[in-house]
Amino acid sequence: MAWEAVIGLEIHVQLATKTKIFSGASTAFGAAPNTQACAVDLGLPGVLPVLNAEAVNMAIKFGLGIDAEINKINAFERKNYFYPDLPKGYQTTQLERPIVGAGHVDIMLDDGSSKSVRIHHAHLEEDAGKSLHEDFQGMSGIDLNRAGTPLIEIVTEPDMSNAKEAVAFAKKLHSIVTTLGICDGEMSQGSMRFDVNVSVRPKGESKLGTRTETKNLNSFRFMERAINKEIERQIDLIEDGGTVIQETRLYNGDTDEARSMRSKEEANDYRYFPCPDLLPVVIEDSLLDKLRGEMPEMPDAKKARFIRDLGLGEYDAEILSGDQTTAAYFEATAKTSGDAKLAANWVMGELSKSLNQNEIAISNSPVTAEMLGGLILRIKDNTISGKIAKQVFEALWNGEGKDADEVIEKKGLKQVTDTGAIETMIDEVLAANAQQVDNYRAAPVEKRGKMIGFFVGQCMKASKGKANPGMVNQILKKKLEG
Amino acid sequence: MAIDRKEVEAVAHLARLSIDETQIERTTESLQGILGMIDQMQAIDTKGIEPMAHPLDAVQRLRADEVTETDQREKLQQHAPATEEGLFLVPKVIE
Repeated sequence: MAWEAVIGLEIHVQLATKTKIFSGASTAFGAAPNTQACAVDLGLPGVLPVLNAEAVNMAIKFGLGIDAEINKINAFERKNYFYPDLPKGYQTTQLERPIVGAGHVDIMLDDGSSKSVRIHHAHLEEDAGKSLHEDFQGMSGIDLNRAGTPLIEIVTEPDMSNAKEAVAFAKKLHSIVTTLGICDGEMSQGSMRFDVNVSVRPKGESKLGTRTETKNLNSFRFMERAINKEIERQIDLIEDGGTVIQETRLYNGDTDEARSMRSKEEANDYRYFPCPDLLPVVIEDSLLDKLRGEMPEMPDAKKARFIRDLGLGEYDAEILSGDQTTAAYFEATAKTSGDAKLAANWVMGELSKSLNQNEIAISNSPVTAEMLGGLILRIKDNTISGKIAKQVFEALWNGEGKDADEVIEKKGLKQVTDTGAIETMIDEVLAANAQQVDNYRAAPVEKRGKMIGFFVGQCMKASKGKANPGMVNQILKKKLEG
Repeated sequence: MAIDRKEVEAVAHLARLSIDETQIERTTESLQGILGMIDQMQAIDTKGIEPMAHPLDAVQRLRADEVTETDQREKLQQHAPATEEGLFLVPKVIE
């Protein structure tokens, strides 16, 4: 039987504020345990939460960034449950009136088509602390530095139908929140955490199957694997005559294993109620206007501009607009070189290959955008061929010169465009390969096209790649036909 | 709306309240009284009335995003029954 999967996501995004959502304690990452957990964060008696204006601003910016309605009156609720890393016994969150209403995030699929993933809503809430389960005399250690860190929880509609789409969505969302500057995007530090809801149903069936939720995935790779694994598990289960139980599951990226955490029967009843400590939040039009004015160019707008103004193809524009730093690097390279297409090819080709191989972020690239732009200029004015340019790039990468001109000069890589010099070289090559020359001349015309490649190769080798390939080709032909 | 003994036990468990045998009946009765009052309120026609998120007719004041709290771990952990390496210790949590 053919099956299809239905996937929806809930994403926790840590907002890049300096302080907690309801207290003036710092949110800096990596501090010693419990040194950034004040009386409010600990939920001590008599404390009163005061909402952080910047958390509200960031949530609004997210809403504006996904074309969502902003709920000008929104309010906080208490979600009650007991867990040691939740000192108050409830999480302050939003349920009935979330700050951000319905919106959408558009993703590009493998075949180049695009798909709109609907966002159900996004709400403000506080993060919990961390439990450390290593052995402390048979007890668990609790670090509450993270307790009260502002989050937006983004809830999608179940609009994705395979792991690839879910990952494309996750990457797009990452690009949106980092472009907006509302999240540092450091997934390994838990700045973005994904919960995936997965169900399967026979293809063509309109009724949804029973879903499971896999929690707290913090890398795109783990997310893709966890989803594929869960889809496979559910299909196998049903095909073997079993039924899927609604449950929460945990995926361990290190072992690539998933297990059940709790089933619905034991599920909590959270007994939400409006938080009496917090008044309704009212967002004035003047604030909305101010924040609209501060909005950066969003990835989709950037992509459209790369296509419209710089003549890039859909795919290149998508890749280059996805990440802020990459986009800025590309634009600087395009500006210096005056050739957006070559700049795109080099950024996505040689540069990203070297960055990946050496696991270096583009912001730390030893070859700056200006250096790469200068290199492209030398390809364009025929000082060097594309092939030699790769050598120059490598030299720049290894710090063997401050710019392309210096490397070309120092290594004597300037392309030979002197007709006389090329002719002399070709004569030498032809003389050294007399037999092949005879074969060529004896061959029927339609076969010669292929045979000439051998001579071009020999000439380029003889010139150490420095001869202008176009000229070599032209002169060779003339001489061989001779 | 009626509440029975089983529900009272379940709610008590969720709230981590220990109610002993002798109190259950009385608690059920009191809760039943509260629910009766809620039924009464819900019978009122509230069509066209905007629900309130808070009994006070006021708006939440916001705080500037500036660090105002300093590290008080020493003092705050004096209240904790057990700590180690700056962590609060609690009975083992198993997920």
